[in-house]
Amino acid sequence: MDLSDEDRRLLAALEAGLEAVPRPYAALGRRAGLSEEETIARLKRLVADGVVRRLGIVVRHHELGYGANAMVVWDVPDELLEEAGVRLAALSFVTLCYSRPRRLPEWRYNLFTMIHGRDREVVRAAVEEAARAAALTDIAREVLFSRRRFKQEGARYFPTEAAA
Amino acid sequence: MNAGVDPVALDALDRRLLDEFQSGFPLSPRPYAAIAEALGTDEATVIERVRRLKEAGCISRIGAVLPAGRFGASTLAAMAVPSERLEEVAALVGAFPEVNHNYEREHRFNLWFVVAAASRSRIDAVLREINERTGLPVLDLPLCKAFHIDLGFRLEWTSPTKTAAS
Repeated sequence: MDLSDEDRRLLAALEAGLEAVPRPYAALGRRAGLSEEETIARLKRLVADGVVRRLGIVVRHHELGYGANAMVVWDVPDELLEEAGVRLAALSFVTLCYSRPRRLPEWRYNLFTMIHGRDREVVRAAVEEAARAAALTDIAREVLFSRRRFKQEGARYFPTEAAA
Repeated sequence: MNAGVDPVALDALDRRLLDEFQSGFPLSPRPYAAIAEALGTDEATVIERVRRLKEAGCISRIGAVLPAGRFGASTLAAMAVPSERLEEVAALVGAFPEVNHNYEREHRFNLWFVVAAASRSRIDAVLREINERTGLPVLDLPLCKAFHIDLGFRLEWTSPTKTAAS
């Protein structure tokens, strides 16, 4: 589905987030050059069509007490990748599950999962559980705990004229 | 990292707000009033809580999450940065508006960041510029397939009387 110029302007304006004011869609519409009514109608359609996967609060894990987060990477044989990906993604504590290309010889891992936990022990236990659940106990993996966060914000796919 | 907020300092209203409105945010002219009605409070209280949780960094934003790979282009990039140069390189990388996540991780590849832009050619230009300005190779790991559908994050609250987190 192709997006109209109005939809693109709307999604670009929304990248900065909805304001905490009584009529946030009116404020958003002003930034996108749309009325409040049209802003709401377009957003409803974008959600219904699946263009917007979800509309809502995006939380920061660290500030909410999830002190440990690990990117867990797996070197899965290509023929097992699909099933492993589906199984890992189904686990409640796996927040992202993507396949990516290998870059040999520097990088052998092709499946990436993100696991958050209150502390590292919780995360390590979750990694073991994930390996069992996806039949990956014999597969090479590494657990990359985060140390410092330099930047965390939403992606900007729709550059506005000012930002471009 | 920011100091953050001790999760037990958040009261029941904060927790319900954070748990129940990660998706399905009301699409009506006064969404905070609709949330207030669902939570048994008033609009001004909800707006004040949202502002406070934003200031505390618990809320990154209220917005749209788009399916990974559906729009524009993005990649996950990694660099093996000598430790004495890490802050300098992280600052250089983070200064690009196209870079939205930028983390130090415990690995030989110790700097990991996401680059998102309207086009793949812009991503290439950003990665090339980072490589030229740092003199360090950049691993480019674009998405092949997303297995996970982001429906929000189920928070498991701890409390003084219940310490098991999992």
